[in-house]
Amino acid sequence: MRINGYIPIILVTAALAVVPLVSSSNTLFNFMVMSLIITLAAQGWNILGGVAGQTSFGHALFFGVGCYTAAMLQFHFGVNAWVAFFLALLAGAAAGFILGFLSFRAGLRGSYFALITLAFAELMRILANASEWTGGAAGLLLKLDPGLANMQFESRASFLWLALAFVFVGLVISRAIAGSRFGAHLVAVRENEDAARALGVDVLSVKLKAISLSGAMTAAAGVLYVQNFLYIDANIGFGVWISVEALLAPLVGGRGLVLGPLIGTFTLHGLGELTKSFAGRIPGIDLMVFAVVLIGVVAFASGGVLGLLRRFAPRLARRIAV
Amino acid sequence: MMLSTQTITMRFGGLTAVDQASLRVREGSITGLIGPNGAGKTTLFAVIAGFLQPTGGQVLWQGRDITGLKPHQRAQLGIARTFQIVQPFQGLNVLENITIGSYLRHPKTDEAIAKARAVAERVGLGRELEQQASSLTVAGRKRLELARALATEPKLLLLDEVLAGLNPSEIRDIIPVIRAIRDDGVTIFMIEHVMQAVMNLCEEVYVLAQGQMIAEGTPASVCNDPAVIEAYLGKGAATRIANLGGAHA
Repeated sequence: MRINGYIPIILVTAALAVVPLVSSSNTLFNFMVMSLIITLAAQGWNILGGVAGQTSFGHALFFGVGCYTAAMLQFHFGVNAWVAFFLALLAGAAAGFILGFLSFRAGLRGSYFALITLAFAELMRILANASEWTGGAAGLLLKLDPGLANMQFESRASFLWLALAFVFVGLVISRAIAGSRFGAHLVAVRENEDAARALGVDVLSVKLKAISLSGAMTAAAGVLYVQNFLYIDANIGFGVWISVEALLAPLVGGRGLVLGPLIGTFTLHGLGELTKSFAGRIPGIDLMVFAVVLIGVVAFASGGVLGLLRRFAPRLARRIAV
Repeated sequence: MMLSTQTITMRFGGLTAVDQASLRVREGSITGLIGPNGAGKTTLFAVIAGFLQPTGGQVLWQGRDITGLKPHQRAQLGIARTFQIVQPFQGLNVLENITIGSYLRHPKTDEAIAKARAVAERVGLGRELEQQASSLTVAGRKRLELARALATEPKLLLLDEVLAGLNPSEIRDIIPVIRAIRDDGVTIFMIEHVMQAVMNLCEEVYVLAQGQMIAEGTPASVCNDPAVIEAYLGKGAATRIANLGGAHA
């Protein structure tokens, strides 16, 4: 383990952590909490879709599994929020494993895999909308009871730090994978499956590990969402919006790179908020900005923001190990 | 016997690509597999490496039936293959490409990288470590293909036309590399069209034509086999050449 690779992660996290100390704007805090939740979901996507190259269009599946596992365990059984959180991680990993087992074993790749993930997420959305257990279309409302033990906080700053801690753990995991044999195997599977096989890589097993880990990380983002808003319904938990957010952020930030999801989310949502402040409350204006940014990335900067950095400031890029 | 195949048959629908092919590769040898285009050589290689499940027959590894094993399991046993159409990890540089091979026996990153450097040096890629695989010359890619397979520290190396597309001087450069690999104890089984290399390197040669094994023996004896000459040059060619020889005598 080379400590150098972790320095940029520590610096970025520290920079975000001091924000509540120098500002007390609730708007800023809400923006940051939401961005961190999306970052975490996108970090999950990035392991499977970025590093291992298995593009998913249905990470809402894992986000929703995280949301509903945490919410239902607390709502129906009064399970402690932290216990519910760990069970939600397991549920996310299990959902990933099942989806992966069904699709990868059948040899689905590329757009076929993407469509299957979308189908599973939509299926769950419809089921969650119809079932009584999930509160149906009305959703589930959790009891407000602030306290560390309940993973709820009265101060926005505390929740921001909690979300940041989760993202930090996600960054450390991503960085550790990038420097490991498992990470090399993920990249090998992305670049050329046959060549990987010939070099002794068990492609199916690597993909299953990747999707399970990916599912758990995105489920963690779902838990954060529930603990923040204390409410969940099917269109939030399993909605297409989070599938899009989870995939857009790494593409804009730098697909497959450790800091890609974080930089992508803050770039996108920063621009979105900026536009809102200029253009006023035109509904959907931020989505239009996202579309423009995405077209720009696809057309001119396939490596995303970090790719641009690599091109125009290679020395700096090498220093922060992107 | 290190590797043997017993009456391997591979059918794709109505097409029989390999028809009851049997062969034996002795430990420590360089064994060749030649044959006209479309004879089924690469298909037979794919069956040996586990990329295709044969319609019939068995693959034996040191006497054990490995027909049901997956490619990565065979790689773990010590069977490494190169691809006729090179399959580099395009987005990675040379060192990263080779390191994915060396990770097979060295789970620790530092050791895997050190091993990969040593292998790169050995096949003559020591100066291109940082270069993107996609920017290598044809000869460079062939060497990379060889290096990656070697980095898995195989007992048997399956080389599928590693010399194809190289110019004569590049071929002269790489022949000693292949011989040195064998001298280090790696058994080599190679598909090759470059006869200069086959004559130079191989102790034993198998000839596959239209999916069937039509000859085996030393390179010299195989080249004079009438069945082999006819497989390459057409029916009656052997007698015509013999008559030609007779006229000169």
